Amino acid sequence: MSAELLRLRKWPVLWVLLGIGLTLDVLFGYVFDYLSYRTGSRPVSEDAPLLAGLLPAGVPVTTVEGMPMFGGAILLILGALAAGSGYGWGTWKTVLTTAPSRLRAFTGLLGALGAVVAGLVAAMFAVNFACAFAIAAAESSSFDLPPLADLARAAGGALLMHSMWASCGVLLGIVARGPALAVGLGMVWTLAVENLLRGTGNVLAPVAAVADLLPGTAAGSLAGALGAVPFADNGTPGVLSTLDGSAAALLLSGWTVVFTLLAGLLLTRRDVM
Amino acid sequence: MTETMVSTDRLTRRYGTRVVVDAVSLTVHKGEVYGFLGPNGAGKTTTLRMILGLVRPTAGTATVAARRTGALIEGPGFFPYLSGRDNLRVLARHRALPDTAADAALDRVGLDGGAAFRTCSLGMKQRLGVAAALLGDAELLVLDEPTNGLDPGGMAAMRGLLRDLAAEGRTVLLSSHLLGEVQEICDRVGVITGGRLVAESTVAAIRGAGTLFVRAAPVDVAAAVAARFGAVTESDGGLRCDSPAPPLVQALVRAGVEVHEVRTVERSLSDVFFELTEDLA
Repeated sequence: MSAELLRLRKWPVLWVLLGIGLTLDVLFGYVFDYLSYRTGSRPVSEDAPLLAGLLPAGVPVTTVEGMPMFGGAILLILGALAAGSGYGWGTWKTVLTTAPSRLRAFTGLLGALGAVVAGLVAAMFAVNFACAFAIAAAESSSFDLPPLADLARAAGGALLMHSMWASCGVLLGIVARGPALAVGLGMVWTLAVENLLRGTGNVLAPVAAVADLLPGTAAGSLAGALGAVPFADNGTPGVLSTLDGSAAALLLSGWTVVFTLLAGLLLTRRDVM
Repeated sequence: MTETMVSTDRLTRRYGTRVVVDAVSLTVHKGEVYGFLGPNGAGKTTTLRMILGLVRPTAGTATVAARRTGALIEGPGFFPYLSGRDNLRVLARHRALPDTAADAALDRVGLDGGAAFRTCSLGMKQRLGVAAALLGDAELLVLDEPTNGLDPGGMAAMRGLLRDLAAEGRTVLLSSHLLGEVQEICDRVGVITGGRLVAESTVAAIRGAGTLFVRAAPVDVAAAVAARFGAVTESDGGLRCDSPAPPLVQALVRAGVEVHEVRTVERSLSDVFFELTEDLA
């Protein structure tokens, strides 16, 4: 794992992606909503709940609400690049002739990506708290912290969502044996196919049954269960109320395990050219 | 008894109906430098990949007795944004070696390792690939065209390095197009063409004994005498035969022939290689 952490830590792409993730998180979580609040471009009745979401007590919900959409996409891209680029650079070949076993090399990559996911989640909470405290100070509002249980649930949910999308990216990178196709396929799936299937599910019951089990449905439902307002109720894109929290968490864990096992199976059994 | 470091038994790889490696059985002994020769597309790299476990054989087996193997296969593959030193540190950590192992490997190939891999010249990249193979005191080195892209000085340095590695008792399985290099460095060679191993022996045995070349006048009388010794007359009037020199020269002198030149012509590994690969092409 320390080998993979070393090469990820010095990879400019990692920092660019993490920077984009944090920037989007701050922009969509705080900046746009606060500007909307300050400019009064909403009905007055919505001002109080809008401000409440921007204060420290609202950090758990605000942090997870962006994860099903752009957060997932960024982690999927990271996973696909981290696993897929090694085929083009020839580094899988070098690593697999150096590491004691293919499985050790694969678990090293997973461990390093897990550390990156944990770091990103921690950074998002830290940045969001900083924004929330700044807004609370500017508006002379409450500095009350959220209950620790809510914070822990949100952090756990965030880790689960990001881990699932990162493992999906790793699988795509290994399947495609390169980053470009993997990223393309991942984006088409998360941004188009899943939404189309959910749309089709509204008119075709069998499709709805399948759509309820998709990775994006699980991630969106978990964010919804953690308090984010579903898109259908004028909330955040990607947030759903299809599954309850336990079912969504279970499904997310299941997808993470499936993606990881498939990726591991392919990497350890396929020829490396 | 000679200890075996690498052995393959009817190693075969097919892609669809195309047989890339066809029942190759080769043996590399411990402590020797083994030259693995063949034209482009002969199946060298696929065989080496199967030996290293990167490619699964369709049939047959490859057995490696070494506990620590280092390899450079089909060009060096490194993270382009990392320096050579950091690339080796990544690999050292994969083997649970300290970072200083990377420094030692760099020193061994005479590289500083400070430049980003993507900015290195082809020769530097190649040397870095060899340094990676040397990490962790490898007993067996599998090197696929390690001199690719090296300038003459780099080639000479690489040749010296390979000799040193062999002198240290390491086993080297070396694939190369540079037959002169192989002839100088290797103890034994295997020649593969069309996916089949067509020869495997010591360099001396594979080159065979030298032939005798004689130039004498008058050519027609000399040819008649030499024919009794199995000589053939070449287009330039020279005589070539496998007979020892003294009896042939004595017979020529007795027949009144003036002998102008007598020398032994040794076949180079290159000559043998082209004979073997062209016969089967």
